[in-house]
Parts: sequence; C-alpha cells; structure tokens
Amino acid sequence: MRAIIVAIAISFSAPLVFAASDGVWLKRVPDQDRARINPYALDENAAAAGALLYKRNCASCHAADASGQGKRPSLRTTRVQHASDGELFWLLTNGNLGHGMPSWSRLPEDQRWQLTRYLHSLPLEETK
Amino acid sequence: MLRYLCAMWLGLGAILPISAQELPYFVTYSHHMEEPGSLEVESKIATGKPEDGNRFGGNAFELEYGTTAWWTSELYLEGQTTAHDSTVFTGYRIENRVRPLLREHWVNPVLYFEFEDINGANKSLLEVVGHDGNDDLTGSNSEARAEKKREAELKLILSSNWKGWNFSENIIAEKDLRHAPWEFGYTLGASRPLRLAGGVRSNAFALQNFAAGAEMYGGLGDKDSFGLHQTSHYFGPTFNWNIPGGPRITASPNFGLNDHSVARIYRFGVAYEIGQLSRYFKGGR
Repeated sequence: MRAIIVAIAISFSAPLVFAASDGVWLKRVPDQDRARINPYALDENAAAAGALLYKRNCASCHAADASGQGKRPSLRTTRVQHASDGELFWLLTNGNLGHGMPSWSRLPEDQRWQLTRYLHSLPLEETK
Repeated sequence: MLRYLCAMWLGLGAILPISAQELPYFVTYSHHMEEPGSLEVESKIATGKPEDGNRFGGNAFELEYGTTAWWTSELYLEGQTTAHDSTVFTGYRIENRVRPLLREHWVNPVLYFEFEDINGANKSLLEVVGHDGNDDLTGSNSEARAEKKREAELKLILSSNWKGWNFSENIIAEKDLRHAPWEFGYTLGASRPLRLAGGVRSNAFALQNFAAGAEMYGGLGDKDSFGLHQTSHYFGPTFNWNIPGGPRITASPNFGLNDHSVARIYRFGVAYEIGQLSRYFKGGR
C-alpha cells in the first residue's frame, strides 16, 4: 500500500512551475513564421469565432476577459497586441512549454488563425 | 468503492468543466498533452464476446492530470464484469508521458512510462501486446484473478499534424517485472475534425465539435518470438463529440483481423475535463 501511495504522490504532486510571460518567446519565432499572413484577417466573423474558441480553450487560464489571472499573463498587454499575427500563431502552435503555456496544435490551423484574429481585437489593458 | 467513485465524479463535475478538442482515440496516444493544472476524468469501456467465452465489459476509470505543459500523469483504476460470472476489480496503472522536444515538428516524439499492478482478469484492453488474443479473455474470473501481473510498459509515441489531420504511431514494449520476456505491440491512429474552422455561434452540434478517424492495433510477439505469428490485430473507425462546456463522448467498433482476435470489440468513452484544478488547492479562486 505504501508503494502505491508513494507512486501516486510522485505522479500527482510534482511542482507546478508557471513563470510569468516575459516575452522571450518572441525572440524564438523564426522569420518566416513571423511574416505569415492571417488568412482570416479580412474575415469579419473570424473574431467572433475566435472569441468562442478563446472561451472554450483559453479562458480558464487567462480569464474570461483575457486580463490574466494568477501567474497566467494578460493577453491585453502592449507586447501581445503589438505581436504580429504570425508571432501569435506560432505561440499558439508551439506553446511555451517550459513556462506553462501548452501547445494548441491540436486545434486545426483555421481555428488558431481565428484565435489570433480575436486576440488582436482585444482592447489594450489600462496601465496599472 | 463504486459509491466512492460516483461521489468523486459528481463532486469534480461541479467545479469547472472545460472541453478542449481532443482526438478520438482509445488505445493510441498522440503528442498532445493535458493542459497544465487541468484534470480529465474519463471512463473507457470495452465490451465483446470472445469465441467460447462469455460477453464481458471492461472499464478503465482514468484520471489524467497536466503536471506541466510537457508532462502528463495518469492513474487508471480498472474492473470488469463478465456475463454468467462476476464483477471484479482488476488493478491499477500509473503512467507518465513527457515531451522531450519543446516545439512542434513534423514528427513529435513523446516518451511514455507506465507501472501496472493488474491481474489476469483484466479486460480493459488498453493495449494488445505479445500474443494477447481471444483465449486470454475466456477463463473464469476466479481463476484469472489469481494471476498477478506487475508490469512495466514503455511506449514511443510519434505524432504529426497535417492539414487538420493527426497521424499517431505508438510502439509498445511491456515486461512482467518478475519473469517473462519483453512483449511488443503497436497502435496506429488517424483522425480529423469534421470541420476545421470554428463557427460564430455556440452550437453543440456544430461539425467542428465532431471528429472521426480510425485506429489499428495489435501484438508483435515477444523477445523470443518477435513477429506476427499467433498475434491478434484490430481495426475500426472511431468517432467523438466534444460537447462545448460538457463531456466528450467517444465510440468505436473494433473488428478482429484474424482468428486469434476477438471478432468484435465495442468501445465507449465519456470524459469530463476540469480546468485549472490546481488553483482550488492554492486558494486562488
């Protein structure tokens, strides 16, 4: 029984390390990805579709209004809002695994572009 | 035990369900990990009727936790019911999956480590290795339970995404820790959502919430007799429905491909994902 408890404890109580977003990921984006054009950039419905995808996949970490919560960063910062579509798409695809941001490559490309469109439609947060 | 599990299920469901899109696989793993801090509770049922045996229903109750963005841990509690026989608890498994590469590639590897403490009556069929086949599912529960299996299982998971499709291949090596040679197996999976783009209205029946694919899996013999001789193999279509804000429902009929296999196995799964469970233990909400 003791062996069972120890094994479960090892598996489930590993430290959760979530570093705040420091923007270092931006430097890792390859130039060709940085320059990618959002195929949904001119699609007026894309932001609405992206909002639903955000609510379903992202809101539990980054808050319903994308203002961040706990150590999960706000997505309404200047850094995120000034990132190119290609940079945000790259982040959604690859995540930032060492810092707690999962890869969302399980979502089809179209949905990641719709999410990108939604993120860029968010208002900038007020300076605190 | 059953009452405890039901209470736990209901309690967890009252917290905060989320429902990220998941792939419609029962035995195949892809490189997609559980979101860090989130817990997925899933019940996987496999039912079939082996030749010269009674119909059975094997259940694997699974708790999957995103330890970090690159590390997922799971606990399985398993049991089965066999017609004209009995219902028995058949053991537990603890597994960990880690992604060694932190970016997406054409082929994404994941390393899988599992410890199993199960008995011979286990019929959850989470994998097929070695010479597993129809005859392993025909004995009585009282006799089969006497066979204790403490096993280590290793998998190399390879997975790729391409134009909305996911292609996953798993190579399995399993060994009883006390005796018996290494046994080998494989699984292959391919799947795709029925629609790639998201809709502008929240609709549980939108095509983007459905995914379809196929799985094939089977044994590859053991260290002393590697190959396809006297091994069983299965193939079947697989479907799932990711209900927004609700459970994920998965189903798959599997068809045995040779005389060593059970003719048909029907698989059903219900999963519920609880977002950011860790926060409740930190008093952050």
